[in-house]
Amino acid sequence: MHVDLTRRQALAVAGAAVAMLSTGAFVGPASAANDARDQLLAFTGGVEPQMGRVALDMPEIAENGNAVPMNVIVDSPMTDEDHVRRLMILADGNPSPAVATFHFSPLAGVAQANTRIRLGGTQNVLAVAEMSDGSFFMDVREVKVTIGGCGG
Amino acid sequence: MSTPRPRIRLSATDISAGEVIDVRTLISHTMETGNRRDGDGNLVPRNIIHTFRAEYDGEVVFEAAMEPAISANPYMQFNVAPRRSGTLRLIWLTDDGLEITAEEAITVS
Amino acid sequence: MTTRRDFLQRTAALSAVLPMGWRPAFGKEALSQQGLLDMPPVGRLTLIHLSDIHAQLRPIHFREPSWNLGVGEVRGLVPHLTGHDLLARYGIAAGSALAHALAYPDFTDLARSYGPMGGLDRIATVIAAIRAERGAGNCLLLDSGDSWQNSYTALETAGQDMVALLARLSPDAMVGHWEFTLGQRRVEELVAQLGFPFLAQNIRDTAWGDPVFDGTAHFERAGTRIAVIGQAFPYTPIANPRWMVPDWSFGIREGELRASVEAARSAGAEVVVVLSHNGFDVDRKLAGRVAGIDVILTGHTHDALPEPVQVGRTLVVASGSHGKFVGRLDLDVRNGEVQGWGFRLIPVFSDVISPEPEMSAAIAEMRAPHEVHLRRVVGETDTLLYRRGNFNGTFDDVICDAMLSQRDAEIALSPGFRWGASVLPGEITAEDVYNATAMTYPECYRMTMTGARLHEVLEDVADNLFNPDPYFQQGGDMVRVGGLGFSIDVGAAMGRRISDMTLLRTGEAIESGRDYAVAGWASVNAGTTGPPIWDVVFDHLRDHGPVAPGGGSHVRVTGA
Repeated sequence: MHVDLTRRQALAVAGAAVAMLSTGAFVGPASAANDARDQLLAFTGGVEPQMGRVALDMPEIAENGNAVPMNVIVDSPMTDEDHVRRLMILADGNPSPAVATFHFSPLAGVAQANTRIRLGGTQNVLAVAEMSDGSFFMDVREVKVTIGGCGG
Repeated sequence: MSTPRPRIRLSATDISAGEVIDVRTLISHTMETGNRRDGDGNLVPRNIIHTFRAEYDGEVVFEAAMEPAISANPYMQFNVAPRRSGTLRLIWLTDDGLEITAEEAITVS
Repeated sequence: MTTRRDFLQRTAALSAVLPMGWRPAFGKEALSQQGLLDMPPVGRLTLIHLSDIHAQLRPIHFREPSWNLGVGEVRGLVPHLTGHDLLARYGIAAGSALAHALAYPDFTDLARSYGPMGGLDRIATVIAAIRAERGAGNCLLLDSGDSWQNSYTALETAGQDMVALLARLSPDAMVGHWEFTLGQRRVEELVAQLGFPFLAQNIRDTAWGDPVFDGTAHFERAGTRIAVIGQAFPYTPIANPRWMVPDWSFGIREGELRASVEAARSAGAEVVVVLSHNGFDVDRKLAGRVAGIDVILTGHTHDALPEPVQVGRTLVVASGSHGKFVGRLDLDVRNGEVQGWGFRLIPVFSDVISPEPEMSAAIAEMRAPHEVHLRRVVGETDTLLYRRGNFNGTFDDVICDAMLSQRDAEIALSPGFRWGASVLPGEITAEDVYNATAMTYPECYRMTMTGARLHEVLEDVADNLFNPDPYFQQGGDMVRVGGLGFSIDVGAAMGRRISDMTLLRTGEAIESGRDYAVAGWASVNAGTTGPPIWDVVFDHLRDHGPVAPGGGSHVRVTGA
């Protein structure tokens, strides 16, 4: 029963993401190289994240797959009563989906982080935030990793 | 291997209450993934900075649990909004047991 | 293959819809310098736009493309109209001087009638005339980049010739792309000499993400406060060698651009100009997403449009390439905003516009040590040699044939650069070859590649050109091939565009697991070895005798 439930919820999450993303980026041809979906659901305890409040900013095309800049900011007042608890970053086309998990305290003032990540090929990067009220929000960006060399 | 020295840039160290400080950090580290093979075809063991933490007078501000998908020489930027003067302490923890720390004094007026 | 049939059908369809009056007449339209420059003035402020000169100091021929396909939302829109379609769109008579400047039909015959275009000394005359008419204090001269590379002398002097000669025009700002192939240290040296801003809001250092160059320059002209925000080619470290700019990161950086526009307005700018090397479709998309830009002076994709394209309140101006045109945009600015505009894309017919004597002398002096080498006849062609177009041009066929024969390869790959002057039938000089090949990473490699890898390369480049989202387009043309035939469905998704790959030597299908001997040049990888491509072409022309390439007959295009 447990396995069936998880799978159904996983499909629901994917479906919701597709419905809400005009690009349909979450389930593109580059997807499903790893268990990103399972890890996402493990993080949310099976809850379907809503699109919104999280803004993930990444280049359209990576200059260097070994160091792709990533900025993420969550719309939150960051007060003791209403803040972002955790923010998980997943990459659905790497050998392993986990990238990082950020914890913010209200002392941060702003729920924002910037780092550089490794992407082994064209894929989707997901940012999922857990709010202090237990709700989950997410954003998705497709990043293209190209051979390059013929522009101009 | 010598202990890597972090580099830190704060947007300000002398602020008035309510202001948010932008903190940027860089540290030299190969972030060895554990999937790479050396010249003899043997897997190089994983050795990454697995945790980065920022504390303000002992209270956690920001923490990053990092995986091998974080790039070599990790760059990490975050914010802190101190309500009183104090010390920002930055900590990097590696798989091979290193604990690298740095401190920045902040004045709030 | 069916390309020729497709082409004939396309031509027949055009003949059916065009009125008789569009038939080209090979007579020469009477031209005068005043006639080329005249336009009804509007307002007091004038932006003078140069773009993609590619280090061409002397007049050249440059054939505009037959194929410049638009995909997705921009299908059928300018600048994706070519030839008679483009002329019909703007009501330009075939066979006229402007038709020759803007479109490929009857190129060779009309080139002989109207003569070559461009030349920095003629451009100097045009700019001086505009400044004289409008008042120098009311004009801004802005260069969209690709100025410092892709001629022999620019390569030999590492861009010094262009920096010195362009300085005589007193530009107000510029942006870059091929400039960066001089390497970051050399760029810094040259920028330090400029005396005017080299703008790039979208270049940051890779360590801290700090700006490397100024992003915005503020001017006051014609009593108007103007902010010019610079945008370098966003995909420089992908399309060109990243190892040449290891400490710089590029990208479109739309969010940062939006912030720059807002900051410029807050600082009191009445007119916000983005001086760009994004390429046309990227800038058109940007104009629709970033509010508050009055004008985008675009570059990179080499489009020459006789009118700006309006996106909301933003004018997108594309002033061609290789010095063929100077764009003049008059703006009527009142009450802190643009109330009206006038535009003229001035075609620089070098036989009509008199050269500015001091610039002519400076060009001659700079070229003097190289003239004998450049004028050397290295071959002969029976057909027009050109590059521009989405698929193989005739000059690319010569370069690919040279690599196949001189490097003993089964397949040749040549980059889809949009630069490279055209050569009329007759003698080919060394300078003609350099004009299509001169760059800082010219090594002609020879390596083995599997059929699968070849397919991957073609798919990758095709997606850079035909991705329906302009922000994923890198603005070059399709990689040119020799010894290889293929079909391309430009409307398909990445990974499914390329099919029917055939080794032309045997007529057999390319096998994904087999190794093929492949020659190519302009690799972005560090450590590439081989002779410079121009020497490979010289040797081929010497051994082969006269060439007569037909252009692209082994690429079959569908989905357009």
